[in-house]
Amino acid sequence: MCLPTCPTYDATRRERNSPRGRISLMRSIADGELEMGEEFAAEMSYCLGCLACQSACPAGVDYARLFETARADIEQQGIRDTPSRIFWRTLVLRVLFMRPRLLRWMGRALHLYQKTGLDRLVRRLGLTRLLPADLRRLEPQTPRIESKFSSDLIAAAEEPATHARCRVALLTGCIQDLAFSSINRDTADVLLANGCSVHTQEWQPCCGSLHAHNGELGMAASLARRMIDLIPPGDYDAIITNAGGCGSHLRHYSTLLAGDHRYADRAKEWDRKVKDIHEWLVDIHPRIPTASPFETETSVTYHDSCHLAHGQKVVSQPRAILKLIPGLRYIELPEASWCCGSAGVYSITQPEQSARLQERKIGHIAGTGALIVATSNPGCHLHIVSGLRAAGINVAVEQPVTLLARAYRREKKPSGSIESTYPS
Amino acid sequence: MPLKESIFSELRACLGGEHVLTKPEDTLPYGFDGTAALKQSPGAVVFPADTLQVAECVRIATRHGVPVVSRGSGTGLSGGSVPVTECLVLCLIRMDQVLQVDPANLTLRVQPGVTTLKVDETAALHGLFYPPDPGSMKISTIGGNVAENSGGLRGLKYGVTRDYVMGLEVVLPDGSIARLGNACVKDVAGYSLKDVFIGSEGTLGVITEILLKLLPRPRARKTMLAVFDRMEDAAETVSAIIAEKIIPCTLEFLDQMTVRCVEDFARIGLPVDCGALLLMETDGHPVVVEEEAVRMGDIASRHGAREIRTAADAAEAQQLATARRSAFSALARMRPTTILEDVTVPRSSLAEMVGYIAGIAAKHRLMVGTFGHMGDGNLHPTFLTDERDAEEMERVHQALDEIVEKTLALGGTITGEHGVGLAKKPWLRRQMGDASYELMKTFKRALDPAGIMNPGKIFD
Ligand SMILES: Cc1cc2nc3c(=O)[nH]c(=O)nc-3n(C[C@H](O)[C@H](O)[C@H](O)COP(=O)(O)OP(=O)(O)OC[C@H]3O[C@@H](n4cnc5c(N)ncnc54)[C@H](O)[C@@H]3O)c2cc1C
Ligand code: SF4
Ligand code: SF4
Repeated sequence: MCLPTCPTYDATRRERNSPRGRISLMRSIADGELEMGEEFAAEMSYCLGCLACQSACPAGVDYARLFETARADIEQQGIRDTPSRIFWRTLVLRVLFMRPRLLRWMGRALHLYQKTGLDRLVRRLGLTRLLPADLRRLEPQTPRIESKFSSDLIAAAEEPATHARCRVALLTGCIQDLAFSSINRDTADVLLANGCSVHTQEWQPCCGSLHAHNGELGMAASLARRMIDLIPPGDYDAIITNAGGCGSHLRHYSTLLAGDHRYADRAKEWDRKVKDIHEWLVDIHPRIPTASPFETETSVTYHDSCHLAHGQKVVSQPRAILKLIPGLRYIELPEASWCCGSAGVYSITQPEQSARLQERKIGHIAGTGALIVATSNPGCHLHIVSGLRAAGINVAVEQPVTLLARAYRREKKPSGSIESTYPS
Repeated sequence: MPLKESIFSELRACLGGEHVLTKPEDTLPYGFDGTAALKQSPGAVVFPADTLQVAECVRIATRHGVPVVSRGSGTGLSGGSVPVTECLVLCLIRMDQVLQVDPANLTLRVQPGVTTLKVDETAALHGLFYPPDPGSMKISTIGGNVAENSGGLRGLKYGVTRDYVMGLEVVLPDGSIARLGNACVKDVAGYSLKDVFIGSEGTLGVITEILLKLLPRPRARKTMLAVFDRMEDAAETVSAIIAEKIIPCTLEFLDQMTVRCVEDFARIGLPVDCGALLLMETDGHPVVVEEEAVRMGDIASRHGAREIRTAADAAEAQQLATARRSAFSALARMRPTTILEDVTVPRSSLAEMVGYIAGIAAKHRLMVGTFGHMGDGNLHPTFLTDERDAEEMERVHQALDEIVEKTLALGGTITGEHGVGLAKKPWLRRQMGDASYELMKTFKRALDPAGIMNPGKIFD
């Protein structure tokens, strides 16, 4: 049942590149018939982790867990270690994404680098050649870092104009915070407009999804503990995430911390409270905006981010939100839930397969004739932007909350209940 | 004895290196099909692109005395494409071209690796219809369907794969290519050799091309769900519908456990507290469809259905059929190992058989979910168990044996659509009787004297 949904099987039609095949390899290793080696590691790195197979599997096979465990085993055995790989992994996973201050500091530096035009100069001078191969490939894809971070845009506690009907915590994410802090502002605005009092911790650790997907389960667990300490789930009605990939990981803290008796119960409560923004809005019945975000009627299509659709099973809600917005004509995207090829660091580790999927996705987007494609994960967002740019297609990428926030902002004052600090 | 390097190089020369897999990481995943607990990794896996390459591969294998196991998508449920030791797996999924659609003669010529779904979709483009629809149709290949003579949800009215095969091209164990049957609706020249290959499970040769018969697409269709408190009532409803001379296209049965598991997966609001569900569908002329639907609803109500739901539109009907198609896999949620039976009895004995299975499960303290194509008497009692528990497996085998015994006593068959493969070998002689069992082996010996085609399947 899972085979037709798997992008890597679709590309090669080889059993080992399918979920069924990968599971059989894992089983063979568990049964001692096969040694865990380079080939197996390569196979697990070829898997996108898009979890389309998990949605399709009637037997309820928990592929996500098998996948994470397999990658963790590979890491532990040090199968793919080369000195440069160890260096970059350590830098990214152990240093950068474990320390929010450092990450922002680096973001700040990158912003300056981009803003001053230094990046173009460097590129013109061919200095990118000095970068290691992996990074060189990534360099043109580096997101434009925003000048402000979420904490510059969102106060620690913000109250809706009307009586608050619930209290929520907002998770700002790492990439989202660096590249899309405005989307965090939009999320806060949308929550305020719907009567939620919004609490946003200034220094939030990484949720650990990057670590878990790359086989560092120990670090992922320690990040989960930090997160629970910082945002005690008991204090809130919901803990809101707006990035598909993070959310998919965030709602599985209980599995990660199952063996930790001090945290196990709180982790369970945490999992229950974590909600994707679209899911939460639909739960509390969102207020229909009275204005349109656009001057004229605009067609919008929607790409499902894998981890939102397959990991979190949030499929109908973002569409429902989009359909709520006046002045917007919704067009369904063919193969909307087929992976766009972004998949975490996949575009770096498997550039060819990633590019093929990107092309396929861009083709479908162009085919709809829509002017905007909405999606809800920073990875997909960046990947689709770069694909559209490369193909010279003029379609804007937005997130559903941005469109909704814009609609609320354009409502005639004073009916709007929000004070926006972010210019639309 | 592992395969020799020389055979690999011959195969590479014939197919190109990338279409010959020999590394364990590449070949291990071909070690099984959809059957639980059967596993054997092959020596090599090859992907021929056309009939000539198939013939060449078979010749190479024959020369080296290496067994050949044909394989479609490996969804078989009787172990048919599970490799034998150090064999060559001939995977046909690269041969996935639709060769010709002939609306004037209502036929479709395809390569064996085309999926069943694509066959029907291609037919639909021309307003035509390919009725056999196994639960695995999204992924199973038409070659695999022919080799297993697969059935499906519409078998009651439309029959099985055999009823749609007009011609075959096959590669025989000596590498020669034979064409059997043709596009004539009437053809009585000599023995019906194509029929010997249909359902032969890869033991006689490799099917490389298939000429299929199509029907006009039915103009109307109506799908209903009847909800029962008691399984026996559902079974009696089926017998009553047939007895009233209505032949709907689908009468699918799901017992309570199956309904729960399917709902757990599909979340479409099935009544999980019911005793059994009957999925009923009629198709054809709009007027007839309307009338039959009303009559079937009445019969179900008379036999104790507590509720009849009608699908509002095609999308909802599709959703119901998809849910039913996932029944087997959904049951696998319950326990580590799923063992599925395929017994079929004459339709008048259905209620008795359903009751008997429930009794056997209770007697041996086993978890059994039953679903199936009830309209054609084909039941799939599915044992949910754990292969690591030897004592429980012993009870499972005992129960299976008793169910088979009862089936044969009622004049039924040990397999309605999944084939004999490895899983049902022990009972074949009992069903067939000595003379016809030996006759089958005579065919096998005549066509495959060296015994290289899928040896050990169907019989030893
Ligand atoms: C979820 C699920 C639902 C199912 N539902 C049904 C159902 O409703 N009805 C039904 O009948 N079956 C059903 N099946 C069983 C299975 O899908 C069918 O038997 C199908 O026909 C197998 O096709 P395949 O391409 O996967 O063949 P495989 O499993 O690869 O092979 C099956 C047999 O055919 C032989 N073979 C394959 N291709 C060729 C060829 N070209 N030439 C010669 N021999 C060949 C193989 O050697 C093997 O013996 C189901 C299976 C699953 C997993
Ligand atoms: S996660 Fe995606 S790429 Fe990996 S096996 Fe599943 S469907 Fe295939
Ligand atoms: S049980 Fe699930 S994972 Fe396994 S083959 Fe079927 S759909 Fe794929």
